[in-house]
Amino acid sequence: MSKPDSRAETAARIRHLLETEGDAVAENTRGFNRGRHEAVRELEGYEALKSEARTVKEDAIERLPELIDDLREAVEANGGRVYVADDAADANAYVREVVDGGTVVKSKSMTTEELELNEALEADGAAVTETDLGEWVLQLADEAPSHIVGPAIHKSREGIADLFAETFDLAGEDRPETAEELTRFARERLLRDIREADVGVTGANFLAADSGTMALVTSEGNARKSAVVPDTHVAVAGVEKVIPTVEDLAPFIELIGRSGTGQDITSYVSLLTPPVASPPVRFSESDEPMADAGTAAGDGACEAHPDREFHLVLVDNGRLAMREDDDLRETLYCIRCGACSNSCGNFQSVGGHAFGGETYSGGIATGWEAGVEGLDTAAEFNDLCTGCSRCVPACPVKIDIPWINTVVRDRINRGGDPGRFDPLVEGLTPDDESGGIDPSKRLFGNFDTLAKLGSATAPLSNWGASLGPVRAAMDRWLGIAPERDLPTFERETLVDWFESRGGPRVSEGMARREAVVYPDTYTNHVAVDRGKAAVRTLEALGVRAHVPESTAVASGRAPLSQGMVETARGKAERCRDALLAEVDAGRDVVVIEPSDLAAFEREYERLLPEADATALADGCYEVLEYVYGLLENGAEPAGLAAAGDGHAAGYGDSRGAGDGGDDGESDGDGDGIPVAYHAHCQQRTLDLEAHTVAVLERLGYDVTTSETECCGMAGSFGYKSAYYELSMDVGEPLVEQFGDADRVLASGTSCCEQLDALLGPSTEHPIEAIAPPER
Amino acid sequence: MSSDTLSAFVAGAEDHHASVHPSAPDAVPGTVADLIDPPAVGVRLPDGLDLPEGVATDPTPAELDAANTGITAARLAIADYGTVVLESDAAGSEAVSLFPERHVAVVRAGDVVPGMREAIGRLGDRLRDGASEVLATGPSATADMGDLVIGAHGPREVEIVLVEDSDE
Ligand code: SF4
Repeated sequence: MSKPDSRAETAARIRHLLETEGDAVAENTRGFNRGRHEAVRELEGYEALKSEARTVKEDAIERLPELIDDLREAVEANGGRVYVADDAADANAYVREVVDGGTVVKSKSMTTEELELNEALEADGAAVTETDLGEWVLQLADEAPSHIVGPAIHKSREGIADLFAETFDLAGEDRPETAEELTRFARERLLRDIREADVGVTGANFLAADSGTMALVTSEGNARKSAVVPDTHVAVAGVEKVIPTVEDLAPFIELIGRSGTGQDITSYVSLLTPPVASPPVRFSESDEPMADAGTAAGDGACEAHPDREFHLVLVDNGRLAMREDDDLRETLYCIRCGACSNSCGNFQSVGGHAFGGETYSGGIATGWEAGVEGLDTAAEFNDLCTGCSRCVPACPVKIDIPWINTVVRDRINRGGDPGRFDPLVEGLTPDDESGGIDPSKRLFGNFDTLAKLGSATAPLSNWGASLGPVRAAMDRWLGIAPERDLPTFERETLVDWFESRGGPRVSEGMARREAVVYPDTYTNHVAVDRGKAAVRTLEALGVRAHVPESTAVASGRAPLSQGMVETARGKAERCRDALLAEVDAGRDVVVIEPSDLAAFEREYERLLPEADATALADGCYEVLEYVYGLLENGAEPAGLAAAGDGHAAGYGDSRGAGDGGDDGESDGDGDGIPVAYHAHCQQRTLDLEAHTVAVLERLGYDVTTSETECCGMAGSFGYKSAYYELSMDVGEPLVEQFGDADRVLASGTSCCEQLDALLGPSTEHPIEAIAPPER
Repeated sequence: MSSDTLSAFVAGAEDHHASVHPSAPDAVPGTVADLIDPPAVGVRLPDGLDLPEGVATDPTPAELDAANTGITAARLAIADYGTVVLESDAAGSEAVSLFPERHVAVVRAGDVVPGMREAIGRLGDRLRDGASEVLATGPSATADMGDLVIGAHGPREVEIVLVEDSDE
């Protein structure tokens, strides 16, 4: 819960991480993310593989108790043991007994981090060595992982060189410096520990119930050494790792590396059915042959080696309860590939030390932490998910990560102390939320009320809001960043404008289609120009456009992003009533604000009866998607503003001389007016970026699209003083790419504001670039 | 195996920093010998294929430790990825393929399958019988030290001897 103090602390902590770890995290995560884009582009049937992977997980979690029994039977039939541990203490107690104070080599396992197994073993005097090079670095530095796949990505090569030099007292010639030297050094050092280890501890990426096989996905080879050298192997894994059959592994093997680091496959995918047949390597008896003399490859391969011991510890620790929880259940489908972290703008800037809990980090971490550690831990970083949804298409099991974050935020809101209810903003809430919800969340969650008030009292409201003392109070009480320009409310709303001009201008008889331009809160009160541009554009294309007052209802997107699910539901119901009436009357709903479109298309299914959600989703279109559709279906772009026209002349004027045969398409040879275009995150998630680009190109623009995942503003995020600097840092790549652009277009409200803040105020919505001039 | 699959396998292996060396069955000892950086340890090959002289089969841990090259059979190979499937068997293939800096894997052309699906399909029953397999693609690697480095805990070089089927 953010009080003024903790807000300042959060901001300071984030600033520190931006300075110390931000660059390394950014370089690595952005590299992984680019790798993913390339790797999945080359993968045939990517979407089908994701669906298959999801189906396997849905089925597995559904039948989990039964599969755990099957797995136990299979492992025991091979001669191994299975223990299902209720919680961390239970799991640790079991492993402690097996290890019995001996020496342990471990390969990377987030589940053992969750259990704090190392500490538990060391309490018995056991020596524990992490053998994954990244984990080992963290063990030496006594730090926590900052990424579920690349635990030490926040550390620079120089930092690691210093760490080694200091820990092992190395100087001059002996001091390893290059990545190659550091790797060599670590390999040799760790080999000593591996040779002497009594027990190897590994995780497991997947466990096949039919055979007792565990899959270990690695590139270094340390998991292989940890599992094969000592005679005792302990594998520790969450119960959710069980899948029905060996064959079910196929989609995951193809997806996991590509999704995570962009590798098509990791160097090693070990499919171990332990206890394995491989003879333990006894360096202490170094002159005895390892295997029975004279055996050839493959001989007797299926028999467990008589000296081997294997223990599988399956960890519940909250997972079976998550399985019963309709909103958290999906978390259990997660295969821990890290794609959601890599694709997240905020994560790219600060990494898991800010965007993570006690163990897990990144987008899905909220679900994990809420399930295994509790809401308090999840609350510490849950705000860093802005709901931008860029992780959704990245996730190989199609988890709706933003929804999990919304639900957890809602639970955090409700779990707060009702005594902290702040009367300052109480008047702003209708109010469906109970609990001590944070005042700034209430404010942003009720932006539509504020906007109505703002328009009604403009320009006074704008002037008042810009005053120093008012801004200081807003910062102090509401956590609104004083550096950030506030939206300027227009006195005349879009609805008022439309009414005062006398309603629709295309006659019923002449209309190609009938459409309602949805006056979302922002378009109606703040970005009125883009609404007018939308109306003019549709009219130029022969559409009878309406902006009825009845449809000026908030979508519920704002409260949703604050985790105010019940408030959002109420708004969604009102919005559905208004818009479905239009759809039923045969009108298309044209949506300008991408986050509202995303609410209709992605989130209403969680808030409304399925039939209503589907009907609305089917009836609504993003504005440039709609324009694209009209042009594809024969509408003449003649009336629209084209590149080169400026805003002065309509495209039709320039070709009015009857040059014949010209269908208005640009020749696309790239000599048009250059524009830089940043599509809103949710618009890209919904696969709508291409429509805007196609329309702009058709009108002769030469379009450069942004390469960054996110502008960093995502709704109200950048307004919050705790996150202002982070928001600007996330936007930095846009400055690098678009810094010299003459004309910048962006489809989202918050993107426009962020780009204005980053590049100077001139960002337009693409509809403004193509709309015919005002008459 | 179709020549398409084999050429895909060669390309896949090369993409992952491994090399493929075709060989007739009776030329295997010579082909392998050329790929050895001594001292070498190995696991006897199945199906009557021979290893060259000088390879320590039945290695001790001390020999394993000293070896620069390890030679093992691969049970299967996957063309799409240039992957060889190594068995974690009683003969010690796992350790021999893992510790030395150079791994020479010997696989029959008839055991090269096109994709992951086919490979897992072939392995399913063996795994259910208790076998353990490693899908190994190229050398070991790490990016944990600030840059991609080939050769972390496992081999730095992977040489694949592709044994052409004798009836071809
Ligand atoms: S939620 Fe999806 S993308 Fe994120 S780590 Fe899990 S599987 Fe990967």
